[in-house]
Amino acid sequence: MSTAVRDLVLRGGRIVDPSQGLDAVGDVLIRDGRIEACGGSLGTPEGADVVDVSGLVVAPGLIDVHIHLREPGREDVETVATGAHSAVAGGFTGVCAMPNTKPVTDNQAVVGFVKRQGEAAGFARVYPYGAISVGQKGETLAELAEMVQAGAVAFSDDGKPVESAQLMRTALEYARAFNVPIAEHCEDMSLARGGSMNEGLMSAKLGLKGIPAEAEEIYVIRDILLAKRTGGHIHLCHLSTKGSVELVRWGKERGINVTAEVCSHHISLTEAAVDGYNTNAKMNPPLRTAEDVEALQQGVADGTIDLLVTDHAPHHYDEKEREFADAPNGIVGLETALGVNCTYLLHRGLISLSQLVDAMSCKPAKVFRLPGGTLARGALGDVTVFDPQREWTVDPTRFRSKGRNTPYGGHALRGLATMTVVGGRIVHRVV
Amino acid sequence: MAGPLGKDLLGLAPLSAEQINLVLDTAVPFREISERAIKKVPTLRGATIVNLFFEASTRTRISFEFAEKRLSADTVNVASQGSSVSKGETLVDTARNLEAMRIDMVVIRHMASGAARFLAERIESNVINAGDGTNEHPTQGLLDLLTMRDRFGSLAGKRVCIVGDVLHSRVARSNIWGLTKLGAEVAVCGPRSLLPNAIGDMGVTVFDRIEPAIEWADALNVLRLQLERMEAGYIPSLREYNRVFGVTAARLERAPKELLILHPGPMNRGVEIDSDVADGPHSVILDQVTNGVAVRMAVLYLLAGGRPELAEAAKKGTA
Repeated sequence: MSTAVRDLVLRGGRIVDPSQGLDAVGDVLIRDGRIEACGGSLGTPEGADVVDVSGLVVAPGLIDVHIHLREPGREDVETVATGAHSAVAGGFTGVCAMPNTKPVTDNQAVVGFVKRQGEAAGFARVYPYGAISVGQKGETLAELAEMVQAGAVAFSDDGKPVESAQLMRTALEYARAFNVPIAEHCEDMSLARGGSMNEGLMSAKLGLKGIPAEAEEIYVIRDILLAKRTGGHIHLCHLSTKGSVELVRWGKERGINVTAEVCSHHISLTEAAVDGYNTNAKMNPPLRTAEDVEALQQGVADGTIDLLVTDHAPHHYDEKEREFADAPNGIVGLETALGVNCTYLLHRGLISLSQLVDAMSCKPAKVFRLPGGTLARGALGDVTVFDPQREWTVDPTRFRSKGRNTPYGGHALRGLATMTVVGGRIVHRVV
Repeated sequence: MAGPLGKDLLGLAPLSAEQINLVLDTAVPFREISERAIKKVPTLRGATIVNLFFEASTRTRISFEFAEKRLSADTVNVASQGSSVSKGETLVDTARNLEAMRIDMVVIRHMASGAARFLAERIESNVINAGDGTNEHPTQGLLDLLTMRDRFGSLAGKRVCIVGDVLHSRVARSNIWGLTKLGAEVAVCGPRSLLPNAIGDMGVTVFDRIEPAIEWADALNVLRLQLERMEAGYIPSLREYNRVFGVTAARLERAPKELLILHPGPMNRGVEIDSDVADGPHSVILDQVTNGVAVRMAVLYLLAGGRPELAEAAKKGTA
């Protein structure tokens, strides 16, 4: 991406950049892969490409800090390249790839491999996660320092919780030196094991073993307390319950170094989507109740929840085409997230456009210390242009991701990324 | 060839009270066939039925097989043990293979909740759920309803308490849906660790002790308490279970009225039910078994497109 590209002028869009407190119509000029100027009328440098983006929102490139690429290991399901392509199709210029690959991304060699595959693909920037523990087994701390050097931006055993409180404590302490977050998949396995959906009336009716909200909340409070003890940065992944939001609020009020994310599906769907044993609504944490959805939306609105993510998790269709309890968890999300977040948060008046951009771009960059998340002069030339009013219907067969496993197939959404720019290059464009 | 029940029988939850009563009404004339010396009518002659049992079953499988044979259907039994995951073939492939063999009906017993529905959505044949995981066991629910209706005349306003491991019971769910639709009041009684957490939202009363449940109820449907529940730590011991929740003669003697005692079988005598109750005058456990064949004949007949008003004629072998 370092090869010289022509100047790019995005003309006349509504620039929404909360990092600079900016919400005004103007131009953005990108030169040599970086933001050269932002705001006002900028004219046309000689030889520049000019794109008229009037009527559209121009935002710093969206960043999703929680996705699963299946490379190495399950390239039949997703590769770094197809995942990064899916990302830019959804308006994301940067993604953080979780380390539950095969082999596990728990050493500098695999971290370097994932990073290089991302660079070679040339779509969204791919920032690898490293595992907290060797093999994600929850026993021995992995070599975090070497992985940071190789390009890891955060650590997580996502897919599994770190069951040992002592190991989590050590990770939080050890990672402080590198200024990277430790991200937790909150799930008490002794409560959750065997469960395949939210525990409640729907699970009782369907005869499916449920996962109670407390399985998540017990880990949320445990990790907040460990962050308090250690001063480390705990980042709580994919929160799904009202109780979790309240606990994070409690931690933040006390100045504890805790950040939190929520998935687009958890602010838009309830456990009702599971009815009929719909495996495309099976995910972990599971879809919860309307009360939880409302609390999560409120958490995004008041800033208790820092980030919006997808937990993009592609699966082969064969694996989802089976008995509910045996089907794998997870849905793809990169190409629907912006539309879902616009539809369920922005257009319902729960958050402003600035808040949306903040939660999908500025704060992900800030919380994960990533470049980007701003259109300030000198920043990465990563820009997302989107039309928050554009209505479209989700057609999974058109996804760039190899995964088709989405509960939104056929859903009408309002809000679509129309152009994605990475390092000054237009990598996705809807005509 | 969807009859009055639709293409499949997946559970009692999707059925209306009218549809449930239709099955029960249709079962009555069919019951008489089993009382004859030659227990066979030609109603389903030429129809092919596969009994697909992914989970061990003796009573239900035999009951279905008798029902099919007494209606002259050609039947094949497929027993496939072990978990569906460890098996080589996926359920969707099994479904496609059955479809390719032009099967008319499939009776499926499976360890996964929703498996019968999964199959039904993928094949044209009629699918009958013979028990899917912890979801439903609709023919068991229907035979329980018929047995109670025989004794009570009508289920409207009758009080039925389901006793035991409701959490893991497909029989309990089918009973709750069916009884509620027919106007009965439903309660459950068992250790809280074996009741769904949200049971109170399912429109049933909860009894924490068996004594007030006995005092309240007109009928008890006593569920089998499986040994593995104790092994998995849901209850401390079978002994303690019997002491707290066991349906015993001594407890029944104190009831203000005589209770009907049902059990879906197989029984653990001395655990959830004492022998003197199981073998006693108020037990209708063997009536349940008899009704099971009749109810299954009725379901097969109706799903095959048989007209309910012709059930009498079918019984005589003229339709």
